[in-house]
Amino acid sequence: MNGDIILEMKGITKEFPGVKALDNVTFQVKKGEIHALVGENGAGKSTLMKVLSGVYPYGTYNGDIIINGKVQTFKTIKDSEKARVAIIYQELALIKEMSICENIFLGNEKNKNGIINWDISFSETTKILKEVKMNANPSTKILNLGVGEQQLVEIAKAIAKNADILILDEPTAALTETEADNLLNILKELKAKGVTCIYISHRLKELFQIADRMTILRDGKTVCTEERKDLTEDKLIAKMVGRELTQIYPKKQRTAQEVVFEVKNWTVYDPSIDEKVNHNINFVAKKGEILGIAGLMGAGRTELAMSIFGVWGRITSGEIFLNGKKLKLKGAKDAISAGISLLSEDRKRYGLVLNQDIKSNISLSSLEKISKFYVINKNEEIKSSNEYSKSLKIKTPSIEQKVCNLSGGNQQKVVIAKWLMTKPKVLILDEPTRGIDVGAKFEIYNIMNELVDNGVCVIMISSDLPEILGMSDRILVMHEGVFNKELLREEATQEKIMYYATGGV
Amino acid sequence: MENEKENKFFSFIQKSIKENIRQSTMIIALLAIWLIFTFLTNFIFISPRNLSNLFLQSATIAILACGMTLVLVAGHLDLSVGSVAGFIGAIAAVLQVKLNMPTIPTILLAMIVGGMVGVWHGYWVAHKQIPAFIVTLASMIAFRGAILGITGGQTIGPMKDSFKAIGQDYLPSFLYRITPKLDQFGNAIKDSYGDVVTGWVSIFGGKFYETNQPPFNDISLIFALIFIALFIFFQIKKRQSRIKYGFKVLPLNFEILKIVLLSVVIALFFSIMIFDKGIPYAILLVIGLTLLFSFISNNTPFGRHLYAIGGNAEAAKLSGINIKQRLMSLFVIMGVMTAIAGVVFTSRLNAATTSAGQNFELDAIAAAIIGGTSTMGGVGTIFGSIIGALVMASLDNGMSLMNLDVTYQYIIKGLILLLAVWADIATRKKA
Ligand SMILES: Nc1ncnc2c1ncn2[C@@H]1O[C@H](COP(=O)(O)OP(=O)(O)OP(=O)(O)O)[C@@H](O)[C@H]1O
Ligand SMILES: [Mg+2]
Repeated sequence: MNGDIILEMKGITKEFPGVKALDNVTFQVKKGEIHALVGENGAGKSTLMKVLSGVYPYGTYNGDIIINGKVQTFKTIKDSEKARVAIIYQELALIKEMSICENIFLGNEKNKNGIINWDISFSETTKILKEVKMNANPSTKILNLGVGEQQLVEIAKAIAKNADILILDEPTAALTETEADNLLNILKELKAKGVTCIYISHRLKELFQIADRMTILRDGKTVCTEERKDLTEDKLIAKMVGRELTQIYPKKQRTAQEVVFEVKNWTVYDPSIDEKVNHNINFVAKKGEILGIAGLMGAGRTELAMSIFGVWGRITSGEIFLNGKKLKLKGAKDAISAGISLLSEDRKRYGLVLNQDIKSNISLSSLEKISKFYVINKNEEIKSSNEYSKSLKIKTPSIEQKVCNLSGGNQQKVVIAKWLMTKPKVLILDEPTRGIDVGAKFEIYNIMNELVDNGVCVIMISSDLPEILGMSDRILVMHEGVFNKELLREEATQEKIMYYATGGV
Repeated sequence: MENEKENKFFSFIQKSIKENIRQSTMIIALLAIWLIFTFLTNFIFISPRNLSNLFLQSATIAILACGMTLVLVAGHLDLSVGSVAGFIGAIAAVLQVKLNMPTIPTILLAMIVGGMVGVWHGYWVAHKQIPAFIVTLASMIAFRGAILGITGGQTIGPMKDSFKAIGQDYLPSFLYRITPKLDQFGNAIKDSYGDVVTGWVSIFGGKFYETNQPPFNDISLIFALIFIALFIFFQIKKRQSRIKYGFKVLPLNFEILKIVLLSVVIALFFSIMIFDKGIPYAILLVIGLTLLFSFISNNTPFGRHLYAIGGNAEAAKLSGINIKQRLMSLFVIMGVMTAIAGVVFTSRLNAATTSAGQNFELDAIAAAIIGGTSTMGGVGTIFGSIIGALVMASLDNGMSLMNLDVTYQYIIKGLILLLAVWADIATRKKA
C-alpha cells in the first residue's frame, strides 16, 4: 500500500429541513486501504456516502470532493460511476423480478447499437460471480436468492463497474456470521487487487478484522481518523458514543417462572414451493426469561415466528397456548389482540410505512386501543409516540418527520416502538438490533430487561451469537427447521451453538 | 418592538404555508384560475350567481372524489363510478317514473344497490386479489350495458319534485315570503303576458322586493352562522385539549388571528350563496360528506388503516390490519358514494339518460390527483380533492362562459391535469 490519498472530502456540510446531517466533515482515504466509517445511528455516515456518490448532487451540499487530486462535481450517480466510485446502499437496491445478470448490468447493459448482447453479458456475469465466490446461474431471479447472496450480487454489480473506490453501507447487517466472513474475505481479495474500500458497519468486530483505518463521526461531525492498531473496541465505542460504555450486554440475574407461551407439534410448509420448513416443533417460553433462538440463516427461524404470528406459510399441524389457553389465530390482528407481537427482521418490507411520519408508524398497531367509538384520540397518539420516541432516543427533530428521512438504525427503533406500544404479553423479536449502533443496542437490551421484569415473555431470534449469549437465559438452536438443542445460559458457548446449528448431535 | 412582532408574524405565516405547501399551492392555483376567467369573461365568472352555479356543477364530481380519494389512498382505483352512477340513476328513474315510488325509498334503494355493487368489487379485489383496475374496468363496461337494458335506450323522466329538489333546489327562505305585487287597491298586478307579478316581503311586512329572489336567504345565513360558530368552538376545544396534554400551541394572538382568517374565508364562501338563491341542498350534502370523509380519513382507525395499506400493504398486514375487511368496507363505501352521486346527477338532469355518468370516473380521479392524491397510494386528503373538483368545475364553467370550442376545452383540461401533477412534484422536491 502506498500512502497516496485517493479521496478527500473537505468541509462537507449537508442540511435537511430541520436537521444538519453533516457539519463541516473532513474525510481522507488512502489508495488501496479499507477505511471504516463508524458512528452512531444518525451520525451521518450514509449521508456522507450519498454525497460522495452523487445521490445528493453537487450544489445541494457545501464543501469539496477531491478524487485523485481533482475536484469533482457529481450531478448524478452516473457521474460518480464515471469517476469509478461505486456504492452499495444500506438498503438492497436489486430488482427482484430480474435475473442476476440483468441486475449486474442494469444501467450499463453490454450492448452494441442499443441491442443487448446476452452472450457477453452472461459470460461476464459468470466470471464476476466467481470473483465473489458465488455459485449461481446468472439467469436466476433475485427473489430466489437469500439476503446473503443478494448482497454478493450487489458486490458483483459494483465490480462490474470497475470501481476504484467501493463504498459498502452496512453490507453485513442482514448476514449470518459465516456469510459475513465470506464477504469480508472477498473484500480482502478486492483490496489485494488494488480496490479502495469504504466500509460502514455497526459490527465492531468486523471492523477490527478488516479495516486499516477508521474515521469516527458523531452528530454529523468528524471526531477523528485513527489507524486500527491504535484503537481498541472500548476506545472506539467511547469515541462514537462520547462516553464510556462499560458493558455491552446488561444481563440481569433472573429466575424463570411459570410457562406462559407454548407451541406444540408445529409444522409449516412454504406455500410457494410446497416444502416443509418447520417440522413438528415444540417449545415453551417462560415468564421472566429471555428465550434466544439461534441458528443459521435459512434454518427456518423467521418462518417459525411468522407462522406463529399467522402471516406466513401453510400450517399443517400445531397448537399455541398462552397462559394455558389454546389460541386460534387467524392472522396478525388476532395475534396482537391475544397479546403476541412480532418484530419482523425486514423493517422496510414488513415494518414501516415509509412515506408516513414517525407518529403514525408507532401508533399503527394500536389505533383501536387509543380510539373511543371508532374515533382516534389524536392527543393520546402524539403523547404516546412522543414517549416512545424519547425513551428509545429516536434521533429526529420531531415525531412528524417522515420515516424515510430517518437513518437506518432510527427506523429500526420506530418499529420497536410500534410493538412496544401494543403492550404485548409475548414479544417475538426477529433480529431486533440489526443495523443499530452499540449505544442504542444497549438501550434496547435494557428495554428488553425491563419488559421481562414486568412479566413480558421475550423471544429473541438473532444471528448475532454474542448477543444471543449475552442476553438470553435459555437458547434454542435451530437446524433445518427443527430445534436441535436447548442450551442453558451457563453451558452455552459460541462453539456449542455453531456445532448444533450446523447439525451436530 | 413593533418590528419584531411583525417579523414573528411573517415567520408564522411562512411556516404555516410551508407546512401546508400542498394545500396552499392548490388554493392559490384555484384562485389564479378564477382570476383569469374573471378577466376573460368580463367579470361574469365572479358573479355570485355564476359561482353558485359552479359549486352546484361540481357537486357530483366532488361526491365521487370523496370516495375516490380513499380508494386511491388505499392504492386502488375505481374506474366504474361513471357507469355505476348512471346505472343507479337509471334505476331511480325507473322506480319513480314507471313504478311511482316515493323519493325516500327510491334513494334508500339506490344506496343499497350502490352498496351491493361495492360488495361485488370488494369481493373480487379483497378476496380474489384481482387488481381493482381490472375489476372496475369490467364493471365500467358491463354497467354501461346495464343502463341500456334498464332504460331501453331511452331517456326516462321527469322525476318527482321532491327528488328533483336534491339537485336543483335551495334552502327555503323563512323570513321572506313570495307575494303577488299589489296595486294601491289590493289587486294583483299582471304583466303583459297576463301572469301575476310576484316579489318578496318580509313576514314582518315592510319593503317589497320586486326580484325573483329575496334580498338574502335567511336560513342559509343562519346555517352559515351556526357553521362558523361550531368551527370556532371546535378550534378552541382542540387548543384546550392540546394544552391539557401539555403540547405546544400557537401564541394566543396568532391562534385568534388564524381562527378569524379562516372564519372570514368560510363566511365569504357562504355569502356567495346567501346573497344569491341560498345554499343548494346538493352543496349541503357535499359539505356534510366532505367533513365526514375528512374525519374518517384522519380520525378513525379505518381511515388510517387505508393510508397504511396504500403506503405498504405488507407492513400493514403484519401490523394487524385486516386488509380484506378494510378493502371490502372501502369498496362498499365507494359504491354508496357512487349511488349518492348518481342520485344527485339524475336529480339535476331531472331524468336518466343512457349516457349519464360518462367520464365521471376520469373527472373524479383527475380531481383527486389535482388535489394531491398519489396514484401510488398512501397519500391524499379529502379537502385537496374537493379543491381539485372545484378546479375541474371552474375550468368547465369558465370555458363554457367563454364559449370556447369543446375541442379546446378537452385539450386544456388534459393539459391542466398534467401541469397540476408536475407542479405538485416540483414543489414537493423543494419542500
Ligand atoms: N432525506 C432526509 N431528510 C431529512 N433528514 C434526513 C434525510 N436523510 C437523512 N436525514 C437525517 O440525517 C441524519 C444522518 O442520517 P444518516 O442516514 O446519514 O445516518 P447514519 O449514520 O447512516 O445512521 P445509521 O447507522 O442508522 O444508518 C439523521 O438524523 C437523519 O434523520
Ligand atoms: Mg446509514
